[in-house]
Amino acid sequence: MTAAATLDEDRTDALFHALADRTRRDMLRRVLVGEHSVSALADKYEMSFAAAQKHVAVLERAGLLTKRRSGRERLVRGDVEAVRSVASLLDELETLWRGRIARIDDLIAADLHPEHIKE
Amino acid sequence: MPVTNVTHDLDSLTLVITAEFAAPVERVWQVYADPRQLEQVFGPPTYPATFVEHDLTPGGKAHYFMTSPEGEKYYGWWRIESVDEPRRFTFEDGFAADDSFAPVAEMPVSHNVYEFEAIESGTRATFTGTYESVEGLQQVLEMGVVEGASAAINQIDALLAR
Repeated sequence: MTAAATLDEDRTDALFHALADRTRRDMLRRVLVGEHSVSALADKYEMSFAAAQKHVAVLERAGLLTKRRSGRERLVRGDVEAVRSVASLLDELETLWRGRIARIDDLIAADLHPEHIKE
Repeated sequence: MPVTNVTHDLDSLTLVITAEFAAPVERVWQVYADPRQLEQVFGPPTYPATFVEHDLTPGGKAHYFMTSPEGEKYYGWWRIESVDEPRRFTFEDGFAADDSFAPVAEMPVSHNVYEFEAIESGTRATFTGTYESVEGLQQVLEMGVVEGASAAINQIDALLAR
């Protein structure tokens, strides 16, 4: 319920679309560590500045990074909170599995203590 | 409580769950080989699973649906690829739109490896699921979020009832 309450559907779509690309995940890692100019970021990849800028825009729309202007440069920085919201979705899946494993354990335990099957 | 570890990796799109059970490998295998037992563990009590077909042999299929508290049904299928009883089986897992259980092309399919290994205290189970795309993982997560949230709530209820 926690992740569902904090993330609406469109936001979730944008987040995962942004993360569905290797280059964008790599960019996000870099800008989470520290602020980069878009041109410095583009230099790290074998692609045009325009192509790099498009990736940055997708990450920005997903709310995974924020942009600010400094003189002639545009500086980008990763948004730690947004990345955490992705992790919280994964945590929800983990909860499902923990429940499933607990049920297997209960089922197996019922072999040894059949009187406890129906509590 | 079994010792449980869950790791997820967004790069390889893989979710790995390990758990240890105080029972022999053959007993844990039975949970997956017997659809009536599988139903008891698959979904949380608020989303019970019903297996209408279950053939744990190479090339075999399993068809199931889960029923929400509102009575809505969610359909899914497994396509069994390999079976090495009682140690390991692999299968593809996907969604279906209705009780024809025809795979939905635009819905994600995951590749799964379930392994059971004898250890001193019983069995170590390793459940590995790999998704083809982040979008696929997302869709599964969104469905898992619903189930997971109900499971979590249910566990709290059980705790309070003690």
